Amino acid sequence: MSRGYLLSLPALVLFVGLLILPLGLTLVLSFNVFDYQVGVKADEWTFAHYLSLFSDAYFYEIFWRTFWISALVTLLCVVIGVPEAYILSRMGTPWRSIFLILILTPLLISVVVRAFGWSLLLGADGLVNQVIQFLGGRPVKLLYTPFAVIIALVHVMLPFMIIPVWTSLQKLDPSAEQAALSLGASQTTVMRRIVLPQVMPGVLSGTLIVFGLAASSFAIPGLLGGRRLKMVATVVYDQYLSELNWPMGATIAVVLLLVNLLIMLSWNRMVEGRYKKSLGV
Amino acid sequence: MAFLQLHALSKRYGAVDAVVATDLAVEKGEFVSLLGPSGCGKTTTLQMIAGFVDVSGGQILLDGRDITHAKPASRGLGVVFQSYALFPHMSVRDNVAFGLKMRKVPTAEIASKVKTVLELVRLAPHADRYPRELSGGQRQRVALARALVIEPPVLLLDEPLSNLDANLREEMQFEIRRIQCAVGITTLMVTHDQAEALSISDRVVVMQAGRVTQIDAPYKLYEHPRTRFISDFVGKANLLPGDYDQLGTPQVRHESGDGELTLSLRPEKIQLVDAGTGRLQGKVLDSYFFGSQWLYRIHTSLGEITVVRSNDGSAPLGCGAAVGLDWQASLLRVLAADEVRA
Repeated sequence: MSRGYLLSLPALVLFVGLLILPLGLTLVLSFNVFDYQVGVKADEWTFAHYLSLFSDAYFYEIFWRTFWISALVTLLCVVIGVPEAYILSRMGTPWRSIFLILILTPLLISVVVRAFGWSLLLGADGLVNQVIQFLGGRPVKLLYTPFAVIIALVHVMLPFMIIPVWTSLQKLDPSAEQAALSLGASQTTVMRRIVLPQVMPGVLSGTLIVFGLAASSFAIPGLLGGRRLKMVATVVYDQYLSELNWPMGATIAVVLLLVNLLIMLSWNRMVEGRYKKSLGV
Repeated sequence: MAFLQLHALSKRYGAVDAVVATDLAVEKGEFVSLLGPSGCGKTTTLQMIAGFVDVSGGQILLDGRDITHAKPASRGLGVVFQSYALFPHMSVRDNVAFGLKMRKVPTAEIASKVKTVLELVRLAPHADRYPRELSGGQRQRVALARALVIEPPVLLLDEPLSNLDANLREEMQFEIRRIQCAVGITTLMVTHDQAEALSISDRVVVMQAGRVTQIDAPYKLYEHPRTRFISDFVGKANLLPGDYDQLGTPQVRHESGDGELTLSLRPEKIQLVDAGTGRLQGKVLDSYFFGSQWLYRIHTSLGEITVVRSNDGSAPLGCGAAVGLDWQASLLRVLAADEVRA
């Protein structure tokens, strides 16, 4: 018994040191009193930050915006990623590996670099607006809008949707599709009744990963949303580094974590419950 | 005219000829097997009939109707796959009902048809289970039921038994034949297992390197294989050099060197007699016991000869025992040279 614990010690130290401890400290910090003159008062406790968070319409707006942007990004990733994964799984040998690598390469480039890339494309004088003007249109404001944030987030998150879906597609028996065809099903019926239900576990993991990452994303809303279009993570950053109100920042971070957890767990339960019996998950 | 007809059916993959000008006529209610080693084009032929593989040349006629380029869905054939290809996210009942739902059959009729076919394959008590909860043989039955319930004109079986263990395979062989006879459905089965093909088919089509080399009833195929390849592939055979004698009957040549003929002699057609008597002398190399029979490998001046003797209760021969071999000359079969290389 002691040997088992001993062997898991390095992982345990890592887990406790890098996750549990900082989270615990953040939680503690969120209950500390803050004073603009002296800063954090480590030995005085209050619920004031939570109260001001829940009573301020500004924060509701930020949380709501973060939620709908993340949900939309997740939806778009499903709509684009599932067919993409399906096409990928049907490709021949040389092309499949080439396209898989193409899908994965964006992960090798820093999110910050990719966000700047998008800001070059979408800026007031960026490539997209140059094309619009060239075609005789009027320049459109793209950067610092939800549109810019969503398109960049979808770009960044897509591999996290494609990979789990692709993995579950690998387990599919291709002759099951042939069987359905021979029984009189159309190609669309095969997709809807045979392929999709079987890749639901992959879609579920994909949506969980994408939603979780999008809701806590910082670099993209920070760089493409600008000063006006804030999301929760950028507000946390502001509280810590502009307002220097660490306890408030910690409070928002804790609430984001809890809300995120609540949404993901209920989504997981909902989808899994529906497919539990038939998929044996 | 035959019920299912293939006219010069061909399939090319790039420069490779998978199936070459295959002709076949299957009568209504007949059970025909496509037999051949892997890569001989038998599965490709089946897939062309099912509509999963495009035809490069030739025609497929079903009951006089040209279905060469029809979509799989509109052919309405019943297909049983090697992997069974059951829908893992549906219960047995839903798997079987799928084809009927696609045909927009009324719900009450679906229920009664599914019930009937599940009784036919003896799976009625398992209707609400999922495929992963079933054994290999039971999955096989579900696949059969799913193909049969749509009352297809032809049932196509692609290596239906190769994923089952030996005991179950024999049981399912009987089961498939029983169901086929009960329903009276025209059936085409692809297999690489000669015993399987011989035991349950009305006729066997031997394929080799994309071509049909012999079509015959199982007994005829076994007794009169046309080529060296077929005599070797279907059952066991001793291949002996031979010549025609003055009367024009084939005889085994006892001198060394190749004869002008290749003769085939089935192992069970050889009698083991006392040493010194018979047509040929030899020594037992080794013996194998199969319960109902013994298989001996015997070293002779004509090389190694395999003899099968039924287990009649007499004591087996030991290794090294000297024996005589005898056979009826009329049981020798003259083989044609192989026109195709496998």
